[in-house]
Amino acid sequence: MNEEFVKRALVIGGGIAGIQAALDIADAGYEVILVERSPSIGGHMVQYAEVFPTLDCPQCIMTPRMVEIVQHPNIKLMTYSEVKKVSGSAGNFTVDILQKARKVDTKKCTGCGTCWQKCPEKVTSEFNAGVAKRTAVYIPFPQAVPAKPVIDTDHCRYIDYKEYMAGGKKGKKPPECRICEKLCPVGAVDWEQQDEIIREKVGAIVIATGFDLMPVANIPEYAADPDILNGIQFERLLSPGGPTAGVVTRPSDGKIPKEVVFVSCCGSRDPEHGVPYCSRVCCMYLAKQALLYKHAVPDGQAYIFYIDTRSTGKGYEEFIQRVVGEGVLYLRGKVSKIFRDGEKLRVYGADTLSGKRVEIAADMVVLGMAVMPSEGTKELLKKLGVSAGETGFVLESHTKFRPLETSVEGIFVAGMAQGPKDIPDSVAQGSASAARVLTLFAQGSRSQKESVRV
Amino acid sequence: MRVELSSKKLRSNFVKKVAELSGQNLYLCYQCGKCSAGCPMGFAMDILPNQVIRLIQLGLEEDLINSKTVWLCASCLTCTARCPRGVDLSKVMEAVRLLTLRKNKNYIEPSKMSHDTIAELPQIALVSAFRKLTG
Amino acid sequence: MLNYRKSRWSVLSASSRGNKMELAYYPGCTLKTRAKNFETSAIAAMSALGVNLVELPRWNCCGTVYSLAEDDLIHHVAAIRNLIRVKEQGKNKVVTLCAFCYNTLKRANLVMKDSPDKRFAINNFMNEEPDYAGEVETVHLLQVLRDDVGWERIARNVKHPLKDLKIAGYYGCTLLRPQSAAIDSVERPRVLQDLIKTLGASAVEFPFATECCGAYQVVDNRDIVAERTAAILSSARKNGAEAIAVSCPLCEYNLRQTQRQDTVPMPVLYFTQLMVIAFGLDAITGGFDENSMETRAWLKGKGLIP
Repeated sequence: MNEEFVKRALVIGGGIAGIQAALDIADAGYEVILVERSPSIGGHMVQYAEVFPTLDCPQCIMTPRMVEIVQHPNIKLMTYSEVKKVSGSAGNFTVDILQKARKVDTKKCTGCGTCWQKCPEKVTSEFNAGVAKRTAVYIPFPQAVPAKPVIDTDHCRYIDYKEYMAGGKKGKKPPECRICEKLCPVGAVDWEQQDEIIREKVGAIVIATGFDLMPVANIPEYAADPDILNGIQFERLLSPGGPTAGVVTRPSDGKIPKEVVFVSCCGSRDPEHGVPYCSRVCCMYLAKQALLYKHAVPDGQAYIFYIDTRSTGKGYEEFIQRVVGEGVLYLRGKVSKIFRDGEKLRVYGADTLSGKRVEIAADMVVLGMAVMPSEGTKELLKKLGVSAGETGFVLESHTKFRPLETSVEGIFVAGMAQGPKDIPDSVAQGSASAARVLTLFAQGSRSQKESVRV
Repeated sequence: MRVELSSKKLRSNFVKKVAELSGQNLYLCYQCGKCSAGCPMGFAMDILPNQVIRLIQLGLEEDLINSKTVWLCASCLTCTARCPRGVDLSKVMEAVRLLTLRKNKNYIEPSKMSHDTIAELPQIALVSAFRKLTG
Repeated sequence: MLNYRKSRWSVLSASSRGNKMELAYYPGCTLKTRAKNFETSAIAAMSALGVNLVELPRWNCCGTVYSLAEDDLIHHVAAIRNLIRVKEQGKNKVVTLCAFCYNTLKRANLVMKDSPDKRFAINNFMNEEPDYAGEVETVHLLQVLRDDVGWERIARNVKHPLKDLKIAGYYGCTLLRPQSAAIDSVERPRVLQDLIKTLGASAVEFPFATECCGAYQVVDNRDIVAERTAAILSSARKNGAEAIAVSCPLCEYNLRQTQRQDTVPMPVLYFTQLMVIAFGLDAITGGFDENSMETRAWLKGKGLIP
């Protein structure tokens, strides 16, 4: 007997690869459910200040596509949601999706912003990678899609109060707050809203869960210090829409750094202490960040410690040479140690080209940390029955000819979830995975005997 | 003056001996320089640790002979601990030292040390120095 | 696999019955000559904690350094002989104070454990000794304090907390490298700071705590070692230290004897000497006469020794 395929797709992950896949499938006339676990789609790209090599503003080029997603008649956007359970086989998957309670009725909410402007509780901002704070009721960034806030129940004063009154907490009584509820002009705050499990039937799944950066603490010879940042944190400082309005200042004392050191290969290409692979994007983004720093602080000096410079994309090598030509000093060698010395950070490195050990009294250090599959990927892949490679990235069926197919038929992968890559390649894979989905749908059905069950 | 490289030079007795004595695959080193950057004795060395490895990779024994670098090594193992490729440089340094010491050429001469010096130093310093720097 | 996990043989359970526990103790040459104060202070301090350090009979010099050549087996013999002596005592653990001895014994033991060919050759060579396969665990006293005695028990023995003292713990190299011999995290060790805090003092964090002092280069290149010790001591001082605590007789010598005349002298003492003071033990056991003049002056000035 033939099982008819369900011609709907599930895309897990609302970054650029997921967005591209969703739009392509939806434009072809099929329904797509796009699941994103954070309150907004956009992924990491929207965190950046400018993207290489064109120095486009990522928010400017992305927001039209993000709006397209939320307005597309074929796309069901589920943000603040996570995939909990999957069963079935290609053409016929059953998926349980957890829609976390925002505690905000999105049908009533107009996105006016009163609540998040007045909320008194300050929490470390995930979108700002820890270099700024947000409020407990918040949207992650001004161009968030959907532009409806979420109440972070782990840090909300009223939720704490309720738990305390129910006998669940000890110590001092938290204030009853509820300022957001009191000030909301349309009464959209809904404390009773509960998490919901929504069951959907889809025919194909695309994994587009992206990446996270390796923690700086994984390199203990570099001190834990507020002025030692990872790439995404530095992007937030460079970003005109960021916490410092694009003025590069030291988190420690707010002064403008005049000597900034960028360190490549932090954790990457390090089989002994880190990951063996090359993270592919750091050579380019560190060069870009050094250039943007120089534009922001014309009398500042940027240094980049590198081992090799990998600039293989279109326009990339020309970009590197532009950066070198504008006076960013490239030093060939790794950094052995970084420690705080009064107002400065001492960087002990080497320049193997001149044969010198070098030392820089830096005001700020930016580390090119290794990229890794995003947090939670391992658990998600287990739920899907999809194999990961040794390094944790999704294992493709065939490295050369089937780079987007996984060990489970009907489940595809796109973007950084498959391995380190830049934006053009992620977008290309998003489209390519959509093509695989459409091919599957075109087959229409499959005999039950042939299906491999998850 | 050009340095001539050939398979003969790259597989010389010297290169083979260093690999054998140290037990290390020197080709793993991609010359990142982290060893040199962190070496506590590096400030006094004429050739840096990563350059020592490079010279061996290129089979340039002559350039190493007159260098003080391997004799200044204190076997502190900072290089070994931080090398991303897991190359044990302390063993490579020892191997290069031994190729001289085993020819009965001491780097320090105990018989030429003053009585006062020997009396003043604790035996831990003397014994370890003689172990590392004499044949 | 990191080696500083809790030892299976816990001293604590027996001590809680009020008995003195015994540990085989390997002194090494320097602790009997130029670093007697390290030994006397350690024995006294451990005794106050209910631990008896029993000197290994017929021990010999370990050789000071671990030979790094693949074909050099003869230089491991001296170290391994000592471990065989421990095994003969019916014990499976030996504690050392000297960081050099610790590293040499530990790494020689790993050869016997992990390399069947070398083990065979060495056992064959030492044909008058019983066969040995790396059964004895070498530990450093700091590991015993952290893992077997425990900070709580040590805190209970503190009669005179070292209040208001700012002490930097200096590790040097051989306690932490290579990873296979490390008693703590290679880059961010904590054991000396934890001990200093337990004794009541303020533990100064400084970036050069694990930088090499120059070790045996002091024999022929004293000025180079002087540069290293100057960097280490000035870093400690810059971060607020008034004294530095060490666990190796060569570090003690280098830090003490190569301090330049034109710099403010920094007191140098063994961590066990700090324990003697904090436990209120007889100052004689501390052996402070063997420390530098500056160290004694500082201790007297603080009223820590008579």
